[in-house]
Amino acid sequence: MTDRNDVVLETKGLVKHFPITQGILFKTKVGAVRAVDGVDMTLRRGETLGVVGESGCGKSTLPKLLVGLEKPTAGSINVRGQDMTKLKGSALRHARRNIQMVLQDPYTSLNPRMTVGDIIGEPFEIHPEVTPRKGRAKAVQDLLDTVGLNPEHVNRYPHQFSGGQRQRIGIARALALKPEIIVCDEPVSALDVSIQAQVINLLEGLQNEFGLSYIFIAHDLSVVRHISDRVSVMYLGRVVETGNDAQIYENPTHPYTQALLSAVPVPDPRLRGQRDQIVLEGDVPSPANPPSGCRFRTRCWKAQSICAEQDPVLSIRERSDHPSACHFAEPRDVVHAV
Amino acid sequence: MTDIKAEIDVLPGLDPHAPLLEVNNLHVEFRTQYGVARAVNGANFRLAPGETLAILGESGCGKSVTAQAIMGILDSPPGFVTQGEVKYRGTDLLKLPENQRRKMRANHIAMIFQDALSALNPVFTVGYQLGELFRKHRGMSRADAKKRSIELLDQVKIPAAKARIGDYPHQFSGGMRQRVMIAMALALDPEVLIADEPTTALDVTVQAQIMGLLAELQQQRNMGLILITHDMGVVADVADRISVMYAGKVVEEAGVYDIYSRPAHPYAKALLESIPRLDMKGQQLNVIRGLPPALTAIPQGCAFNPRCAYAQDVCRQDPPPPPYAVAPGRTARCHFWRDVIGE
Ligand SMILES: Nc1ncnc2c1ncn2[C@@H]1O[C@H](COP(=O)(O)OP(=O)(O)OP(=O)(O)O)[C@@H](O)[C@H]1O
Ligand SMILES: Nc1ncnc2c1ncn2[C@@H]1O[C@H](COP(=O)(O)OP(=O)(O)OP(=O)(O)O)[C@@H](O)[C@H]1O
Ligand code: SF4
Ligand code: SF4
Ligand SMILES: [Mg+2]
Ligand SMILES: [Mg+2]
Repeated sequence: MTDRNDVVLETKGLVKHFPITQGILFKTKVGAVRAVDGVDMTLRRGETLGVVGESGCGKSTLPKLLVGLEKPTAGSINVRGQDMTKLKGSALRHARRNIQMVLQDPYTSLNPRMTVGDIIGEPFEIHPEVTPRKGRAKAVQDLLDTVGLNPEHVNRYPHQFSGGQRQRIGIARALALKPEIIVCDEPVSALDVSIQAQVINLLEGLQNEFGLSYIFIAHDLSVVRHISDRVSVMYLGRVVETGNDAQIYENPTHPYTQALLSAVPVPDPRLRGQRDQIVLEGDVPSPANPPSGCRFRTRCWKAQSICAEQDPVLSIRERSDHPSACHFAEPRDVVHAV
Repeated sequence: MTDIKAEIDVLPGLDPHAPLLEVNNLHVEFRTQYGVARAVNGANFRLAPGETLAILGESGCGKSVTAQAIMGILDSPPGFVTQGEVKYRGTDLLKLPENQRRKMRANHIAMIFQDALSALNPVFTVGYQLGELFRKHRGMSRADAKKRSIELLDQVKIPAAKARIGDYPHQFSGGMRQRVMIAMALALDPEVLIADEPTTALDVTVQAQIMGLLAELQQQRNMGLILITHDMGVVADVADRISVMYAGKVVEEAGVYDIYSRPAHPYAKALLESIPRLDMKGQQLNVIRGLPPALTAIPQGCAFNPRCAYAQDVCRQDPPPPPYAVAPGRTARCHFWRDVIGE
């Protein structure tokens, strides 16, 4: 393991259950959506951790917990050694500066009635200690310049910018408080391919310049591979496999990771029909009522009776040199021609 | 009951030996209060039975409008077809009277959309909506229509089709709804299926199921498939030929192997170099500078010129580059295609 001081963020047993209620006047709790259900993750300085998974697996709930938009049901979030879930008042406010978020939808995540200058400068109002009032206009212009926008456009409104430019505005805002960690939830998913590359390159450039750590959440496994140092694969609120680039993309050991990778088309017609194909049956079960034992067992072609009885923990296994939550973890190449 | 399909087949001018579908020099514009948006500016392509043609391009380049013009479901006004032909078996659909065109659409050319929920009627059961097609267009009895509907849902692999025929659209998952929509599109055995981003809203594992299903049905029925998408991975997986659109024009039309190995148009080439690949690490992503043009102000000459690394003075002047013949069945609208392909 690397130096502990290198760790900027660590979650342990992070859980978020959303109650399902019935009744109008007297709400009674009849169950819970287990959006995030016991997630351990570690993020190191200057590193990008990719988080992938299908719709509803908890990818967006995770960053909300990390930046404090949702309160965890259980578990801890350590940022630079402080447990965010235990902090209060000004200590919490101060700690939150260090972890910022960039959202998916550049069309709805910016307030249409605020100028770009006000949007990017807003964090300074909440944290006035960061930049004295006099220096703020200049700071905003510098930020615009940093993300490749024209500093003269501070007085324009979001609708006057394209999708890619709006995403740059969101990034500038996240940078305002000089955080160490930026959590990006599907930051390029809504963008056209030719614009995606611009934003990906910008994020990479900023990381090098400022030593930022990213959690990069996306459903596009190709984009995630490009930008990430390590990747965690989520299924129904849990991490089922985690590892570095070669471990996840060249030697995936969890059946779900293998199925997911196998379904991603590669933009090269010469690979047509040449790759190992896994077609999953059925849909993802409801996170309100996940299967017993291994949550993937209802769609897994390798499932045995032990899979219904014992919940496989995320750990290094006999045939998996990196953590995998499968009793029968073993590598299978589904990315390249076989 | 009269068989409408038989009636259509003897429509004068319908030539079984003519190309299945041919789009020539199609122009569509939207006349809005902000000016005239030229959404499609000379689209050309043809489609053969059993063939998959992908229409690839970024948001707003005119893919859906082209499909709507082919289907005759353009939002008009403000949209108008101002020039061009859409020939089905030699007959120009744009010149047919509306009632004949509607029959043609129901029986020969069908379309599926990105958002199945909005294409299905929420207040009727899936069985009713499917059965209605058979009753109305095939004159089937209620019982026969139901039997046929169940068969069709089976074909698109809805588990327990018989039990689910009484369910409403919202009771199905996203992937299942897409299957229901495919079933509806295929109900009357069309020769041409236009699929407008059929999997864009779905997870990759579901996308793989749906694309596999479409390919299987297409093969069984020898249908021509037009697949509209912006996903270059999906195209590489399923298409025979590709039309790359930019600002309302097909800028390159080519076989799928040719275009991925040696693109002839700078835009097609740049797009291919700008996407990360699943099977590679550490690629340099090529950035296409700037933005696509506003359709109310398309640049003079070649519409791609402000973003093009190959642009010369001639590119900034009218007339815009014509579709140069690069090889048989392959065209590129670039004055310098030889330089682009040569590298
Ligand atoms: N505020 C909430 N109240 C109740 N349930 C919620 C809430 N937020 C999320 N959920 C549920 O939690 C689960 C996980 O949601 P989340 O948004 O984290 O998924 P996701 O992985 O980001 O999906 P997508 O890829 O579609 O964005 C879903 O079943 C969702 O419906
Ligand atoms: N009803 C309408 N009124 C005015 N303009 C329209 C209308 N429908 C489409 N347009 C314009 O025509 C252009 C082409 O739109 P189209 O829907 O064909 O794009 P597309 O290539 O399908 O994009 P996407 O990938 O986003 O679906 C767009 O600029 C759009 O604004
Ligand atoms: S533990 Fe069993 S059901 Fe779960 S992924 Fe492994 S083999 Fe499949
Ligand atoms: S015609 Fe000129 S501007 Fe247009 S694509 Fe070719 S080189 Fe580029
Ligand atoms: Mg999400
Ligand atoms: Mg469209």
